[in-house]
Amino acid sequence: MRGCMDKETQAPSNRFIVTVIGQDRVGIVARISAVMMEYGMNIVDISQTIMQDLFTMIMLAQATSRDFKLASFQAAMDQAARELGVEAKVMHEDAFRYMHRI
Amino acid sequence: MLIEPNEIIETVRMVKMDHLDIRTITMGISLRDCADPDMAAFNGKVYDKITSRAKDLVRIARELQDLYGIPIVNQRVSVTPIAIAAEACRGDDYVSIAKTLDAAAKAVGVNLIGGYGALVHKGATPGDTRLIESIPEALAVTDRVCSSVNVATTRAGINMDAVALMGRIVKATALRTADRDGLGCSKLVVFANAPEDNPFMAGAFHGVGEGDCVINVGVSGPGVVNAAIRELRDPDFTQISETIKKTAFKITRMGELVGREAARRLGVGFGILDLSLAPTPEIGDSVAAILEAMGLERCGTHGTTAALALLNDAVKKGGAMASSSVGGLSGAFIPVSEDAGMIAAVEAGALSLEKLEAMTCVCSVGLDMIAVPGDTSASTISAIIADEMAIGVINKKTTAVRIIPAPGKKVGDTVEIGGLFGRAPVMAVGAYSSEAFIRRGGRIPAPIQSLTN
Repeated sequence: MRGCMDKETQAPSNRFIVTVIGQDRVGIVARISAVMMEYGMNIVDISQTIMQDLFTMIMLAQATSRDFKLASFQAAMDQAARELGVEAKVMHEDAFRYMHRI
Repeated sequence: MLIEPNEIIETVRMVKMDHLDIRTITMGISLRDCADPDMAAFNGKVYDKITSRAKDLVRIARELQDLYGIPIVNQRVSVTPIAIAAEACRGDDYVSIAKTLDAAAKAVGVNLIGGYGALVHKGATPGDTRLIESIPEALAVTDRVCSSVNVATTRAGINMDAVALMGRIVKATALRTADRDGLGCSKLVVFANAPEDNPFMAGAFHGVGEGDCVINVGVSGPGVVNAAIRELRDPDFTQISETIKKTAFKITRMGELVGREAARRLGVGFGILDLSLAPTPEIGDSVAAILEAMGLERCGTHGTTAALALLNDAVKKGGAMASSSVGGLSGAFIPVSEDAGMIAAVEAGALSLEKLEAMTCVCSVGLDMIAVPGDTSASTISAIIADEMAIGVINKKTTAVRIIPAPGKKVGDTVEIGGLFGRAPVMAVGAYSSEAFIRRGGRIPAPIQSLTN
């Protein structure tokens, strides 16, 4: 598996896992993608499925902007999720790598 | 995607549904270089050192909380036991030091600061005694200061003079904070074999074998373990143990990630990771609920000690596999007031002080956040402490007593401690006196380390 730390700075990478879970409805992907675009988040990978009757979208996204503000992006995602009646969560990819891979 | 979708959902669920959190990032700060014969100068040095070392602690914890999407509930500071740091001070206004610690904690925004204590397992210096005598006042006039006193170790035995003194100090602390149901006692821990790198309050202090400044992380997750066990269909104990181990492994990895990154950003060394199942009053985020998930009708009934032994051991095994920096207490906590399941078990009459004592033989810490009637004598409290210290010393483990003789309360009443500390139903203590036993004084010798039967 590729290293997830920047070799020079030892800082975490700029890739995040975005999960959206909730009742399926029209416009979830469109609305969430719009927020991603607004904050310059490039969608590297996306998967979408229905798990236990719930719409589940998982995206691996990379921040492309030099002055990317994680907290503002999270706030905008929360706002979009509230309007859609779903739950959205943005977590750095290392959280998953550390937990599930040795 | 390198990580499977079901793994991603599992992690998100742990955080969102099962209350997985980093319970505390605790910065340990040595105050040994602050020693000064002048009390005011000492206080100044202490304030400056804490506020300079920990000035970015809260900000960085918030950054990491956003980055990894996992709540980091508390930021705290632990310091060298004040009895050691302040030994050289002339004058006995130790309360002024507690006020300094309180002010420094407020200045950097940490919610608790630990280390207003002494290590007296073999004997006490005049400074140790002065500090211990000042604890009731110190805890009454400060908001965030926590105190711990180590009165026993497996190598030294039990200092019964200190045990007798601590019974009186606990009682005095309760009376001094009687207007708040004896709140002061929730910030006072009496230890055997106290760990020097424990990040959890109220017992955290920065040990004398530690470096100048270090980051220790406490990670918790009884809710996650509870949910994982409840998902199993009619498991046997091997499967339960395996599930706890795997869950503990995952939680510990998350803690290690946060701890190392916090230490890197703060520019200090990473100390240890303490995986302790520390319950919160949230429903399901309960150690009692885990024990009940194994098939006990109520926590406290027969079988509870065995269930807890399995849980504690499996947590340690999973944690030790996940990180080479496991330290602190690492195990399961059973604080009554902070665990909705424990409170319910006491109120249902299923869980007694005697059963809790037995449970402390097989889990980390000890009699924790227990309320007893306000008229409980100092010698009875000392005797409860002595029993708990004996369990720790003989079993070569940490044990502790954090007990609240709630002024004016009797069995059946509830003590509302509030905030992080929850509420504690008042439990019955033995009716017979231990007065002559406690008055005897001296030391219970260190136990033999062979002929183990």
